[in-house]
Amino acid sequence: MRIPILKLHNYLLISIQIDLDDQTAIQFQEDLLSKIHESGASGVVIDLTSVDIIDSFIAKVLGDVVTMSDLMGAKVVLTGIQPAVAMTLIDLGIHLQDVPTALDLEQGLIKLRQELEE
Amino acid sequence: MDFQSCVNIKKEWDIVGARQLGRDIARKIGFGTVDQARIATAISELARNIYLYAGTGKVCFEALEDMNQKGIRILAIDSGPGIKELSQVMEDGFSTSGGLGAGLPGVKRLMDDFDITSEEGKGTEITVIKWLR
Repeated sequence: MRIPILKLHNYLLISIQIDLDDQTAIQFQEDLLSKIHESGASGVVIDLTSVDIIDSFIAKVLGDVVTMSDLMGAKVVLTGIQPAVAMTLIDLGIHLQDVPTALDLEQGLIKLRQELEE
Repeated sequence: MDFQSCVNIKKEWDIVGARQLGRDIARKIGFGTVDQARIATAISELARNIYLYAGTGKVCFEALEDMNQKGIRILAIDSGPGIKELSQVMEDGFSTSGGLGAGLPGVKRLMDDFDITSEEGKGTEITVIKWLR
């Protein structure tokens, strides 16, 4: 299964709407980095509104993809993390401290614009 | 112990299958969305440990009900290599797989009761319970 990556001006938008298995998560990581490379996007929003579980593996993949994109020069914002998911992540001991987040897609785009000073 | 349903863990996708079934059972028992997420996440961690370290095993679910309370019991069992240093794997940040090392200590925090027995060369058995409040 592949997660669609949409391009909007110089941003990439992703809405994850499936229950992520490990393979799909890894595939997504690769796809996103290639898409950043190919499109020259400066910002990425990954919307997690429809994701109702993030376990330690998925959290690692998401945290890593933020760092990897950063290395390439693109800023990533995670948006829409559900209350239940936030509580579960903290119980797991996962804090995703250096990961930029926003309440929803709209706030995410505002945050990106601020971070990129556009 | 009489478990109603089990999911065999053989391939990676079975991790998703196990947590989806566990979440369904938890919802039927009456758990709210936050506890459903906690239970599904715990199952995901347990199933992944089986897949990563033992290769195959199974995760079983049982609805608990006595006079005062309801809950869900989850058993994760494998005949893998077992865990040499039990105290080490219960430490936050300890990992042999390059993961976050959040797995087992995380599962313990997500659930109410946590019990592990493991014998080197024989396998590992983990039982966890979440009570409905």
